[in-house]
Amino acid sequence: MIILFFKRALKDFRNNRLLNLITLLTISLSILIVSAFVLFFINTSEIMNFWKKGLRVMAYLKSDFPPSQLTALSGKIQTLPAVKTVRFISKETALKQLKSQMKRQASLFENLDKNPLPDALEIQLNTKSQSWEKVEVLATQIEALDAVQEVEYGQRWLGRFAQIFNLFRLTGYTMCSIFFMAAVFIVANTIRLVIYSRRDEIEIMRLVGAAEHFIKIPFYFQGLMQGAAGAGIALAVLFMAYWSMASNIEQGFFSGLFNVRFLSPLMAALIILLSMLVGWLGSYISLKQYLKR
Amino acid sequence: MTDTDEKRSIIRMFHVHRNYGNKKALIDITLDIFKNDFVFLTGASGAGKTTLLKLLYLAEPVSEGQVLIDGMNISRIPRKRVAFLRRKFGIIFQDYKLIANRNVFDNVSLVLEAAGKNRRLIQKRVRGVLRLVGMEDRLAALPPSLSGGEQQRVAVARAIIGDPKIILADEPTGSLDDDSANIIMKLLNGVHIRGATVIIATHDKALIRKTGGRVLLLKQGRLQGSSIIEKHYDNSIF
Repeated sequence: MIILFFKRALKDFRNNRLLNLITLLTISLSILIVSAFVLFFINTSEIMNFWKKGLRVMAYLKSDFPPSQLTALSGKIQTLPAVKTVRFISKETALKQLKSQMKRQASLFENLDKNPLPDALEIQLNTKSQSWEKVEVLATQIEALDAVQEVEYGQRWLGRFAQIFNLFRLTGYTMCSIFFMAAVFIVANTIRLVIYSRRDEIEIMRLVGAAEHFIKIPFYFQGLMQGAAGAGIALAVLFMAYWSMASNIEQGFFSGLFNVRFLSPLMAALIILLSMLVGWLGSYISLKQYLKR
Repeated sequence: MTDTDEKRSIIRMFHVHRNYGNKKALIDITLDIFKNDFVFLTGASGAGKTTLLKLLYLAEPVSEGQVLIDGMNISRIPRKRVAFLRRKFGIIFQDYKLIANRNVFDNVSLVLEAAGKNRRLIQKRVRGVLRLVGMEDRLAALPPSLSGGEQQRVAVARAIIGDPKIILADEPTGSLDDDSANIIMKLLNGVHIRGATVIIATHDKALIRKTGGRVLLLKQGRLQGSSIIEKHYDNSIF
């Protein structure tokens, strides 16, 4: 029976090619937009998590700070609740590191008559304290110490970015919901047109004793198939866009900074299921309205 | 109405009315149609023949009164059971009502598919019934490519394939030439002989005289009388 319904759905698809293509394109576009949002959020979240993991606070010491007090200062900072480890980086070590990082620009360092870098303390935070608010509090506490000239937590801007990201996420959820509903209504309307174009046939089926499920199931199949095919197209387009962008990123400025990755198979499967739900829901709504008559 | 009548009845109507707004299409119809009856429902255009048939196959609701079909009160049947009740009928329409984009085989097999029969049985039964109506060589033809007579034969095949208890035919020969009409009437007679109740709505007096059977005459929505017409010569009701 399922094979029969499936065949009928395929036949209906062929018989109403234009309407079904419109539905398919609508689903594809909606799912493409939703998937693009998902892909963006997954990658942005990953990047942020990566940066958060490497979160550290650098305390640059005053030039007249006596090395004899270093242990005391380190101990004082170590007692602060958010701190995991404190490591001293002398200005010599810092310059060495800088030189090794900027090998190509080695000429810049040739004419230096004295080391311009200050001594510094690198403070790693414990995992629980890696929220922006806690880092800010810690930075203020360290900055208040006499020996400290300046405090920097390189990803200070990340806090702002996180707020913007959250705003984006909220907008994304709203947009996805709107696209979902729009897709459902467009599918419902298109299927209603298909049903309308086949009203005589449906009427005949009812008159010869076809139960409602016999009439409905092929339309449900049609909706599910449109959903699956729409998601397939959307994911293929998204993958091509991702592939071209990812290869640009790998070759470009951001190379090595972060890895952009595509949707996981589980996420892709979820998107296909969501799209099938869109198709089915569209069929369900229009059939419910039509067959009530 | 005797107890025997009640047992023999397959369709019973009690004071049935059908109104379309202020227009009364059927007025106070009370009748019994018995199992294996061959009934002509006749009257002028607009007398209510088609409306009465539509009430029977639940295409329209009864405004007032009761209709019992095979013991079931159709006004009390839940929506989900309507399809099962309709399977008791084989319906033949004047305009054939074949699905234009499905071939002859698919049009006929639809009834058995809807009843959930298996493919092998469907294949066998459809071929058998199409052979009976003389359409076995047109299995793959689409309805628009067939003549009126051929389309009506397919419609008859569709109506009889499910072995229904009741055949309802609305002007089955209305738009056919004599030869085609004869074939259709022979087929309906055959179904009747095999035990079905046949109800034919027609205004064709010649057809009734030629075929013979019980005649119910409708006039402006009212049942005027019932009589038995003997084949070929009795025309007392007209």
